[in-house]
Amino acid sequence: MSKVLMKGNEAIGEAAIRAGCLNYFAYPITPQSEVAEYLSRRMTEVGGVFLQGESEVAVSYMIFGAAACGERVFTTSSSPGISLMSEGISYICGAECPAVFVNIMRGGPGLGGILPSQADYLQATKGIGHGDCRMLVMAPASVQEAVEMVMQAFPLAEKYRNPVMILGDGLIGQMMEPVSFRDDLKVPPTDKDDWATSGMDTRKSTKRNLVKSLYLDPEALNAHNLKLKAKYDRMRQEEVRYETYNTGGDYRVLIVSYGTMSRVCRSAVDALKARNVETAMVRPQVLFPFPEQAVLDAASKSSCTHVLSVEMSMGQMVEDIQRSVQGRRPVHWYGKCGGEVPTPEEVMEAVEALLQS
Amino acid sequence: MAKAFAKPICLSDQETHYCPGCTHGVIHRLVAEAIDDLEIAGRTVGIAPVGCAVICYNYFTFDFQEAAHGRAPAMATGIKRVRPDLIVFTYQGDGDLASIGMGEIVHAANRGEKFTTVFVNNAVYGMTGGQMAPTTMPNQKTTTSPFGRNVEEVGMPIRVAELLASLATPAYITRQTVLSPKHILKAKKAIRQAFQYQVDNRCFSFVEVVSTCPTNWGMTPADAIQWAEKTMLPYYPLGDLKTPESVEEA
Repeated sequence: MSKVLMKGNEAIGEAAIRAGCLNYFAYPITPQSEVAEYLSRRMTEVGGVFLQGESEVAVSYMIFGAAACGERVFTTSSSPGISLMSEGISYICGAECPAVFVNIMRGGPGLGGILPSQADYLQATKGIGHGDCRMLVMAPASVQEAVEMVMQAFPLAEKYRNPVMILGDGLIGQMMEPVSFRDDLKVPPTDKDDWATSGMDTRKSTKRNLVKSLYLDPEALNAHNLKLKAKYDRMRQEEVRYETYNTGGDYRVLIVSYGTMSRVCRSAVDALKARNVETAMVRPQVLFPFPEQAVLDAASKSSCTHVLSVEMSMGQMVEDIQRSVQGRRPVHWYGKCGGEVPTPEEVMEAVEALLQS
Repeated sequence: MAKAFAKPICLSDQETHYCPGCTHGVIHRLVAEAIDDLEIAGRTVGIAPVGCAVICYNYFTFDFQEAAHGRAPAMATGIKRVRPDLIVFTYQGDGDLASIGMGEIVHAANRGEKFTTVFVNNAVYGMTGGQMAPTTMPNQKTTTSPFGRNVEEVGMPIRVAELLASLATPAYITRQTVLSPKHILKAKKAIRQAFQYQVDNRCFSFVEVVSTCPTNWGMTPADAIQWAEKTMLPYYPLGDLKTPESVEEA
């Protein structure tokens, strides 16, 4: 398969097209504006729809409207913009429509910074919108993985009739890496005639469809939420994805890290090994649902005395790790949040400080 | 005997929840008549607001989406861009369109999105119990302007039709009312014209309808009509403010 060197943001845009999504609405925000710039040209080439909306708020509802009439659609944004989409995502969850959102994370809170961060973990996995709404959250560690996850996101969104998020960071968006677009990941759209507002004539039906999230009757709303919960529980059963690194030996520290941060940690694990310090890593590829069992199993190794979360946030993943290890091991955190990516040496120092404490 | 008048086909049999004297019922009927007349129900998608008409989808028999407060024009944009063959309309009140949704309606109109908006202006927030709206008249008492709207403090009411008509992009912008049978017939014509422009794929179309809210104005339906005629119509003048032809001539 041929490889092409592409900037992450552009590859993400191209991946959506290769997945059969020809509709993109977005608003510029650093560090992901290149997606819109790329697609403003490329969508025209493939006969798709490109529209720059007036705000992320508006964009989230353009996504909702398009998704509700049965079309594949996606958007990209960055942290402050995702906050603006939060309400829309809650509505889309409540109305059970498929849609794909990409967050190329930048520093926060507030205006924060324009350099990479991983500080939207809790927002994505726990609090993307008001009410009992969750979304599947995938975290690529390379441009290639981002491309594959974007392509997988569309059928996953349709499987669950729910939004799916790709949680990348500024590095994923900005760096250039070799990419190959796998045709085998393209999945045709599901039949949406039983719920989408595609027009009665289109469905050759006299039954109209209604897309809504309002249930004024308390029993109806409870039943609806139980239905949504069943979907999220099914995600927990079927969508856990992770990789382990160097878990074969007698490691003393288990690192948990995702995204580009995990690549730095991988280098640290290798360098520590050369110094006869054994460490291992669990890299969640899907953040919700969190790989609880995998983290528990890896942390429970008798040689393992510490678990270290390494994140470009102030430790947003720590609670999920603590819950997973069920108190069997102490969970620590190392990270930086201003946009500087921790180096392998800094991670190594953090590990060694743990071992000496 | 020939049938002179009937319930529109695309209006459902569901009894509405609106208050006695509410003008939503009339406006719903005019929209349904236009859709019946143009024979477009099979490819129409309506978008309901947040407001008294939040469940207006119960009263129509074609596809409908329920929007978040103010966001209907953005949803309509999404639908029209991906399915330009569908006929899309938003149905919105003062809070929905002129307050929280002001950004969305201005930008949709400015982009020339080819959907239709029916804007029900009754100078108050109905569903939430009668709070002040951007369209509330000077000195009008509401639950959040108990001493009357003080224009020194919160400014003058917004004339949305004029605001949208000031944009350079061609559009059909009209203000109508349903305060009397004569007015209702004109409103019916304007609403049908608005949908016709969309069927012709011509431009954005917008029909503001000066309406009453007897319950939250604290008046009888008959007094509410009189108050609207006396106080609202001089401030919100009726007629076509802009047509796509008028822009082309300019």
